[in-house]
Amino acid sequence: MIDNTIIRRPSWRIRGNLGRRTHLLISLAGLLLPVGWWWWISAGGAVDPIFLPTPPLVIDSAWEWLRDGDLLGDIGISVYRVVTGFLMSAALALPLGVLIGTYAPIKAFFEPITDFIRYMPAAAFIPLVMLWVGIDEGAKIAIIFIGTFFQMVLMIAEDVRRVPMEQIEAAQTMGADRDEIVMRVIVPSAKPAILNTLRVTMGWAWTYLVVAELVAANSGLGFAVLKAQRFLQTDKIFAGIILIGLFGLVTDQCFRWIHRYSFPWLYRK
Amino acid sequence: MTIMSIPRIQIEALDKRFETGDCEVIALQDANLSIAPAEFVTLVGASGCGKSTLLRIVGGLEPASSGTVSVDGKPISGPGIDRAMVFQHYSLYPWLTVTENIKFCRQLKMHRDVSTSSDVEAAGGRADALIRLMGLGHVMQAYPNQLSGGMQQRVAIARALMARPRILLMDEPFGALDAQTREVMHDLILHVSILEKTTLLFVTHDVEEAIYLAHRVVLMAPRPGRIEAIYEVPLPDHRDQDMKQTQEFLALKKQILAGIRATSGMQTDHDLLEQLGNAPAH
Repeated sequence: MIDNTIIRRPSWRIRGNLGRRTHLLISLAGLLLPVGWWWWISAGGAVDPIFLPTPPLVIDSAWEWLRDGDLLGDIGISVYRVVTGFLMSAALALPLGVLIGTYAPIKAFFEPITDFIRYMPAAAFIPLVMLWVGIDEGAKIAIIFIGTFFQMVLMIAEDVRRVPMEQIEAAQTMGADRDEIVMRVIVPSAKPAILNTLRVTMGWAWTYLVVAELVAANSGLGFAVLKAQRFLQTDKIFAGIILIGLFGLVTDQCFRWIHRYSFPWLYRK
Repeated sequence: MTIMSIPRIQIEALDKRFETGDCEVIALQDANLSIAPAEFVTLVGASGCGKSTLLRIVGGLEPASSGTVSVDGKPISGPGIDRAMVFQHYSLYPWLTVTENIKFCRQLKMHRDVSTSSDVEAAGGRADALIRLMGLGHVMQAYPNQLSGGMQQRVAIARALMARPRILLMDEPFGALDAQTREVMHDLILHVSILEKTTLLFVTHDVEEAIYLAHRVVLMAPRPGRIEAIYEVPLPDHRDQDMKQTQEFLALKKQILAGIRATSGMQTDHDLLEQLGNAPAH
């Protein structure tokens, strides 16, 4: 009898699985319930729309932004900043992380300083960046770079260090030299973990974008949110925040898709 | 084997010490061992006896503190393609298919430089032959994580044999497999060693496995890690599972197990009871 109840409700087993439909249904509920709750509270009239606008108001405001304002321009410039800052960071962090994770002297040289700098809040660098780089695009890209690079290097180094020693030693006994071990064993073996690291740091890049635009910009999604605050356009603040969240979600899903597509051997059972 | 022939592996006065803080651990002390071509030697012993360390030094993966290892009379100074190694696990490349794993060494400079077109052709035949020999024909295009533990070790052995090493070093290769699979793998590796005339040095903690596979069993002991005794296995070259029930086999097993117990430094329940002064009467 006890066995039967367990079999009938496998969804509540520890680390159990859900069917595809049930999973979708529950996920949808998790997204829609808070929205419904928000709608119910805001439409009830108990709260001033200045503090909590209704969902239709937010959608209207986003529509107006698109029609009369420069929503597409704001999105374009923000995406440009995030992608450029992120790519510059990745271009440096990838080789450096692989080297730190592979060679002890390089690790000994770079790791302490990287560890030190990554604890400095990137936002605190804004005055310095404005002093050194100015207030144009370079400044925002520099903030995103500072915010992501140091974390990225250490995480990639860790991904590389997690390559099993047996994989490396097997290559050694097959006659591989040092470069071949790095390029044919360590890098391909660490690739899936590195792509995951890039996915996670991409999220931070969006965070630092908003920080940079709040402080030192006159365009972009973050700046629009700040401007809306000055005019008490709470609906537009909501629209901006939700849009940034959506972009983050889309980028994240793109990374997951690339992961599945690039490493089919991880998903085949 | 003539008396004058050069041993395939000659281990002389080998020492290995590790520094851990201010205390020094002697992993291996004055190890001497000579292994003939095509001989199958197994290393057994309690944990900490240095059997894996010895294997890794022969493989060139760790340097010795002093002493030498020679292969065919020449001292080694690092890993080499004459000595392939099979690990207990995690050594296959999960992003490569079975065939690609087996052919991995073909893309390395060392093997590319020496190869003529006929070598490449021969290598293709070699890979096919190994796939057949190891019974991997039906999983050639599979990835390692789609295979059972036993099949994964077959791939690892085939990959190690690809470059025709004279010596195969195996570090508890079947330690993670279930008993039935292990028996199948035993007969397979014996078949391979005879067919390929490979010299085998094989580390295990399973005494039965050590005896069944080997011409000679080397018993090692810990603190300091050392070679304690060497036993000839009184069984014919062609083994079968029934031999495990013979008097000779069981007697040798008993003798080696007693040797491990005596040197392991670990107390059995019986020893403890004796110390407490209430050992059961014999």
